[in-house]
Amino acid sequence: MAKTLTFTPDDKVHAFITTIPEVSYEDGPLSGVTVAIKDNISTRGIETTCASQILKGYIPPYDAHVVTLLKSAGAAIVGKTNMDEFGMGTTTENSSFGPTLNPCDPGRVPGGSSGGSAAAVAAGYCDMALGSDTGGSIRCPAAFCGIVGLKPTYGRVSRYGLIAYANSLEQIGPMAKDVTGVSRLFSVIAGHDKRDSTSVDRPYIHTPNPSVKGLRIGLPEEFFGKGVDPKVADTVKKAVSVLEQAGAEAVPCSMPSMSHALAAYYVICTSEASSNLARFDGIRYGPGGDLRKSWHEEFSDRRQERFGKEVRRRIILGTFSLAAGYFGRYYQKAQTARQMVRDDFARLFGEVDMIAGPTMPSIAFKLREKSDPLQMYLSDILTVPANLAGVPAISVPCGQVEGMPVGLQLIGRHFEDEKVIDTAFAYEQGAV
Amino acid sequence: MEHDDVIIGLEIHCQLNTRSKLFCGCSTDFRDDEPNTHTCPVCLGLPGSMPVLNKKVIEFAMRVAKALNCSVLKECDFSRKNYFYPDLNKAYQITQYDRPLAEWGKLMIEGEDGERDIRITRIHVEEDPGRSVHMGTTDRGKYTLIDYNRAGVPLIEIVTEPDLKSPKEARRFLNKLRATLEYLNVFDSEKEGSLRVDANISLKGSGRVEVKNISSYKGVEKALTFEITRQRNVIRRGQVVARETRHFVEARGITTSSRSKEEENDYRYFPEPDLMPMQVSDWVEGIVLPELPDARRERFMQQYGCSLEHARTLTGGLKLAEFYEQVAKADPDLAATWTADYLLGELNYRDFSIDAMPIVHFMELIGLLKADTITDKSGVEILRIILDQVKNGEKPEMPASIVNRLGLAKTGGDEITDMVRAVIAENPQPVADYHAGKGPALNFLVGQVMKKCRGRADPGHLNALLREELGKMQDGA
Repeated sequence: MAKTLTFTPDDKVHAFITTIPEVSYEDGPLSGVTVAIKDNISTRGIETTCASQILKGYIPPYDAHVVTLLKSAGAAIVGKTNMDEFGMGTTTENSSFGPTLNPCDPGRVPGGSSGGSAAAVAAGYCDMALGSDTGGSIRCPAAFCGIVGLKPTYGRVSRYGLIAYANSLEQIGPMAKDVTGVSRLFSVIAGHDKRDSTSVDRPYIHTPNPSVKGLRIGLPEEFFGKGVDPKVADTVKKAVSVLEQAGAEAVPCSMPSMSHALAAYYVICTSEASSNLARFDGIRYGPGGDLRKSWHEEFSDRRQERFGKEVRRRIILGTFSLAAGYFGRYYQKAQTARQMVRDDFARLFGEVDMIAGPTMPSIAFKLREKSDPLQMYLSDILTVPANLAGVPAISVPCGQVEGMPVGLQLIGRHFEDEKVIDTAFAYEQGAV
Repeated sequence: MEHDDVIIGLEIHCQLNTRSKLFCGCSTDFRDDEPNTHTCPVCLGLPGSMPVLNKKVIEFAMRVAKALNCSVLKECDFSRKNYFYPDLNKAYQITQYDRPLAEWGKLMIEGEDGERDIRITRIHVEEDPGRSVHMGTTDRGKYTLIDYNRAGVPLIEIVTEPDLKSPKEARRFLNKLRATLEYLNVFDSEKEGSLRVDANISLKGSGRVEVKNISSYKGVEKALTFEITRQRNVIRRGQVVARETRHFVEARGITTSSRSKEEENDYRYFPEPDLMPMQVSDWVEGIVLPELPDARRERFMQQYGCSLEHARTLTGGLKLAEFYEQVAKADPDLAATWTADYLLGELNYRDFSIDAMPIVHFMELIGLLKADTITDKSGVEILRIILDQVKNGEKPEMPASIVNRLGLAKTGGDEITDMVRAVIAENPQPVADYHAGKGPALNFLVGQVMKKCRGRADPGHLNALLREELGKMQDGA
């Protein structure tokens, strides 16, 4: 039976691009639960912009698979959340609609690119949110805003309807205040979808279980070394000791491939992005163009005008990496490095059951603090390995530094999202 | 034209006739429908949509690979070919690049100097882009409309080695390929735009020229013939043939240089991340091929006693071959001659396919010829009447009824004897000439009788009869 609720948040942190004042919802496991959707996930009849001027006014004629699942589970879809344009960023400052603020400190960024989703949950505007994670875009804002966010195993959630940034890396995932909320949302969105050829038939039917007895947790030295704020590292180590008290065993280890991971990640994601974003010519989508100009002239002008600076930068980088004569030096080399990351994980997961470390090397940046793109890219170092390998990873709040939340990142084996969730749940329970 | 130094290779794009498109469930049967009515988020390339491979397409392409003796790769995959064009909705085409479905095959043709294998380099699968409809010319038109009904229709691209030696061989290769695809039931050659050809052509020691945009079988021969003449003239003037891409302008039968920067693309190929690599080489064994043109040609010679020439012609198309086999039931010899020598000519003249000829009518015609009821000349007349009726959208008349209506039944007996006698009486001079030993006079007299009976007399019979009557005169003299 259809019911309705009204949704009129006082959106002080600018978490939403679009809100839906009158929401109708059905019966089901998530009946009446308010869920916000990142604005790169297609919603039929609701503007979907990827926070870009080039998609302004684009109203998809179809629902992403996850949206269909949410609707049939009775969720109340309350709005579309702000993000870095096309997911390209770590702060949500790269939104053409203006930045989202961190609910914990409005002078700081919420992280990104799913910053709007994290902020909406952290500020209490809604119960849960969907984000997408290409190189940390769920886990980073979850860590910065003090909520829980899961990047599922690649293939476990259908990407059909997710406006692609880097297809081979990204997954849609759940965000909520606690592990139980993430688990509930994940159980609705996980499962096979024949419209996504990379999707796998591994539904998630699970209730979090806080037992970690005998669990071997690897702590790669690279996650606690150079470039990581020592206070953040200490906070995370303390969190691991909570798990040890609950019966887990901490094992020091190493991931040498980390030294290539970031470069490989940026070559792959920009290469795929340069192709994915080529369809936005300023004519098919978004406000109309000038018909007096030739097609080439018009779309060059529109792309220059309507893509933000970071998006243009990444399109150019990706176009370069794929160019004849450079393909071998960049794209192919990046694939080799990606394989090294996979091999490292495979080796480590022979020795340990779980890998733990900080989600982010620091607490949330101040607004406009990271003006140098390279500095910004470096902050993704701890999140990109899970995307390169396709393994599940969660960020769960594990304390504070300077009054700002810190995230504990737990990375598991392929299709062991359940174990990742259980370990996060064990920490959450043990930390109370 | 000397062809010793001509080197031609072809790249042929054929639409496969699966019911749905390559990466979505939209129907491929759009030709009579409004533009943009056979579309969905996937074939429109809407943001967030993803391709799902239609397995039937791979199965069809594998049939072709097997028929052309190609080896199927253990693992193949799809790549993106990136370029900007208004009718390319995603700004990339999903195609196969360094790991195509199949490689290294061959197809036998009747070459300039006997039968020869033409080597096939590769066969790969890809999606057709949409269709641009330019209002006015490309450069100066007011606007361009795009129809995405065609977007996502499955294509195979077949690439040959540079083994063809003349435009005629190129056409023969295409005819043979078309017949093979038809026999495999994966291709409908009658659909507009279902086959498009790019040709690489060079003269030995000269630059290679790629001619794009050839969309008809006849066009290939024309474009290549033009190109050979053009290149010879360039060399004759002491200039160098530039390595370039040229466009075939069908209406004028010429090729023009395409200076557009669009042609100098770097396609930035990379593996399509939304599709998994395929391991399908195991399927090859399970594919049962139907009888192919060469085998059918042999059978026509054995079973129906067709000449090599007739057998080759009659097996040149699936429908034609099937038509012949029906008609052969009446009389294989007459059916071969009348299908290959008479009917095809009349059809070509009218730009008709074999479908235009109602088989019941044709079989009755063969029956009339076999029973010696009509002469060959009347037979051709009847064929023409029927095809003209078809052309005018009228219900075609049965041959027997045409014979009755026009009185085309062969004349003989008293009627013809009376005519012969009348002609002899009316033409004393030629008769005298004949008796004086001037042979051609007889032909004149035959002609006169034929005129009188409007061709209904059997020429051999008439000849004999005339000689007999003329002989009687001499005897009586």
